[in-house]
Amino acid sequence: MVAETSKNISVTIRVWRQPATDQPGKFVDYPAKDLNPNMSLLEMLDVVNDQLERIGEDPIAFAHDCREGICGTCSLVIDGKPHGPHHGVASCQTYMRSFEDNSIITIEPFRAKPFPVIKDLISDRSAFDKIQQAGGFISIRTGSAQDANATPIPKEVADLAMDAAQCIGCGACVAACKNASAMLFVSAKVSQLGLLPQGQPERDTRVLNMVAKMDELGFGSCTNQYECSAACPKLISHDFIARMNRDYIAASFRSAFKPTPAAGSGGGA
Amino acid sequence: MSLIGNLFTSSIGRKFIMAITGLVLVGFVFGHLVGNLQIFLSPDHINGYAHFLQGLGPALWLVRLVLLATVALHIWAAVVLTLESRAARGPNDYGVKKWLHATWASRAMRWSGVIVFFFILYHLAHFTLGIADHENFKSNFNWTMQHDAKELGITLAKQGEGVHDVYSMIFIGFQNPIVSIFYIIATSLLSVHLLHGIESLFQTIGWRNGTWACCLRKAVTGLVVLYFLGNLIIPGAILTGIAEPAAGSAAALKAAGQSVTAPAAHN
Ligand code: HEM
Ligand code: SF4
Ligand code: FES
Repeated sequence: MVAETSKNISVTIRVWRQPATDQPGKFVDYPAKDLNPNMSLLEMLDVVNDQLERIGEDPIAFAHDCREGICGTCSLVIDGKPHGPHHGVASCQTYMRSFEDNSIITIEPFRAKPFPVIKDLISDRSAFDKIQQAGGFISIRTGSAQDANATPIPKEVADLAMDAAQCIGCGACVAACKNASAMLFVSAKVSQLGLLPQGQPERDTRVLNMVAKMDELGFGSCTNQYECSAACPKLISHDFIARMNRDYIAASFRSAFKPTPAAGSGGGA
Repeated sequence: MSLIGNLFTSSIGRKFIMAITGLVLVGFVFGHLVGNLQIFLSPDHINGYAHFLQGLGPALWLVRLVLLATVALHIWAAVVLTLESRAARGPNDYGVKKWLHATWASRAMRWSGVIVFFFILYHLAHFTLGIADHENFKSNFNWTMQHDAKELGITLAKQGEGVHDVYSMIFIGFQNPIVSIFYIIATSLLSVHLLHGIESLFQTIGWRNGTWACCLRKAVTGLVVLYFLGNLIIPGAILTGIAEPAAGSAAALKAAGQSVTAPAAHN
């Protein structure tokens, strides 16, 4: 972490402005002067928007919610890297002290065909929700509270599942990938459940359905260049992609060669 | 969802096809290189070996068809996935483009693959079909086996047998600097393709993780460097004259300015 600094800085932001999905967009430069270096990048955008509103211009639309790196709503490509210059940090946790005084900061939306730009810096990432709905859940009766140790899970397995579960669904992996592949996201969602005993009953259908949905929505495919994990604010490992590949191929074979169900309705004749 | 459907229509299935066909091709090119390195032994070796392969008849055609289908599947998967991935990027490019992690070899996959493809076409026209440089094609030169050629207990060709002189075809071919340099460039690009390809294949099949990624990369790099050097040394040694054609071969006669009369084609 950079030490707190007190000298104010001024920058120029070069922002993608696009009024609507079906309209062309372009970069527009705005000055942002005399900024407290310890304000976040999003706060800097708030300041610029304040000025724009005061002169009657349309403020820059950008997505944000928690502003503490846990919700996955913020989605800016900053100087060519999703979520900005740091490693394992979301856009909302990027601070102005990370930029040089008088520099030009280029800010763009996450781009991909399945993530159409709604306005300016906001892209529609509901494609991820559709992938989740295709299998990113477990169907069980929750009933009343169980004994905590009713289902023993080795610590390493639990840790690994938790690593996968860190994914906040921001879409930076897609934005960073030259193929707009969603495999890092999907592999995290497949693995967080597939690693645990509760996820076993639907393990095969989950990976088959989520991958099918991912393909149907028009995401690209992985070329194993690992741009995704390099941009991921939660440092999800691309090892999960290898795990998903294995799981997918195995599930395809298992579902093809499972015993044919008995004919008829069964039971007493 | 059917198995065949998953393999041929899903992104992961197609990647799997590309990885498995890539692995088969890697096996082929390494075996092929070992066979070719026999050029540095007496002409009996490579000529006997080539004679044996020619004599396999239908079996040779079966292997050729399988290899052809493998290349076709590999290229099909590469092209389809590339086009889909291009389309997935969407209508607007980023204003600032940056690479975060990808290796240079991985970024060259598409064009290294395409150039290797054209090289394969030329290579077949040159040494298999005899369309390019027909005058110096193997069937125009004869070699009389001086000893029995034996490998792994199998007799490849008998002493005294007249066989095609593949040895001379290669020597004469690579004495042409343009041909040699083209081979060197193409096999260098294939090496670059394999530098990413072999490592990538493990990830695609699901046999890679952070723990052994480092050893994997070292092993792949070592293998590819060996492959590169093996391919460099054949045209390299012939072009620079470090390797000279064996006495009595058509290539040696030609080098000495004697005429090489084409024998009547046999078999
Ligand atoms: C003939 C033209 C060829 C083309 C157009 C081609 C193209 C490609 C492409 C685009 C990839 C994807 C790489 C990626 O982005 O991950 C690939 C992967 C690969 N190629 Fe080729 N290639 C060709 C020939 C070959 C040959 C001759 C070999 C073997 C000697 C080979 C071995 C491989 C391997 C092992 C992979 C890795 C598969 C994976 O990603 O898991 N390729 N190829
Ligand atoms: S894997 Fe990482 S980059 Fe991709 S959606 Fe999840 S948190 Fe975001
Ligand atoms: S706004 Fe919630 S993660 Fe950035």
